[in-house]
Amino acid sequence: MYTHLKFYHPFVSSFDPCKPILEKKYSTPPHLYIGFQPPNLPQFSPFEALKAGTLWKDFYDPWFNTYEKQMGGVLP
Amino acid sequence: MWIYEKKLQYPVRVSTCNPTLAKYLIEQYGGADGELAAALRYLNQRYTIPDKVIGLLTDIGTEEFAHLEMIATMVYKLTKDATPEQLKAAGLGEHYANHDGALFYQNAAGSPWTATYIQAKGDPIADLYEDIAAEEKARATYQWLIDLSDDPDLNDSLRFLREREIIHAQRFREAVEILKEEWDTKKVF
Repeated sequence: MYTHLKFYHPFVSSFDPCKPILEKKYSTPPHLYIGFQPPNLPQFSPFEALKAGTLWKDFYDPWFNTYEKQMGGVLP
Repeated sequence: MWIYEKKLQYPVRVSTCNPTLAKYLIEQYGGADGELAAALRYLNQRYTIPDKVIGLLTDIGTEEFAHLEMIATMVYKLTKDATPEQLKAAGLGEHYANHDGALFYQNAAGSPWTATYIQAKGDPIADLYEDIAAEEKARATYQWLIDLSDDPDLNDSLRFLREREIIHAQRFREAVEILKEEWDTKKVF
């Protein structure tokens, strides 16, 4: 499945003092892939846009913490 | 000249009295990649940038002040009725000693804001690349703040601010393309 979250797996030593995090993630938001904004992209309704922080659906990329993700996140 | 609208760009609601969160949020108030640094950086760079992108710097710089006001509101609400004991427990004892409950332009570790956080190189590409980097760093800061926060109402506002950073980064990237003057040609480099 395509996602803007990318993952990598750092080296784990048998002498690491803390419990190793096997998978690290980082964000690559949609604007990194779009370049100069093409015309006629799909838009949110004005109300949704005010809530989302953008008029453009293609640029919308909300961030949720672990707890919020368990609750399913919230979309506009 | 500016016209002031006496309301926030996006509502700020706070669910719990949580001075510890205020301590972290100060990073976006007076930190290196915070809203104050962003506003001052863009509004200053715009004098020595090609005409085509001055308006962009004015608009985004102005919006950063609207964000600064939102962060100020969050910090104020999170600390306004906290007792000195509560502030001390939240690691804000040093802040109380110096400022009582007042806000101050400093980062989460208490270092005061400094103009060395920002640059104006006079080279349009260098300046815009700094601006793009600043937006991406602010976006990352909002991610870590959301990860640290257990206040769902506050996170809603922080998510809005993070999305604005994405849009600003996009517009600065487009500004670079405009200055390259090749963005709508079919040339392959």
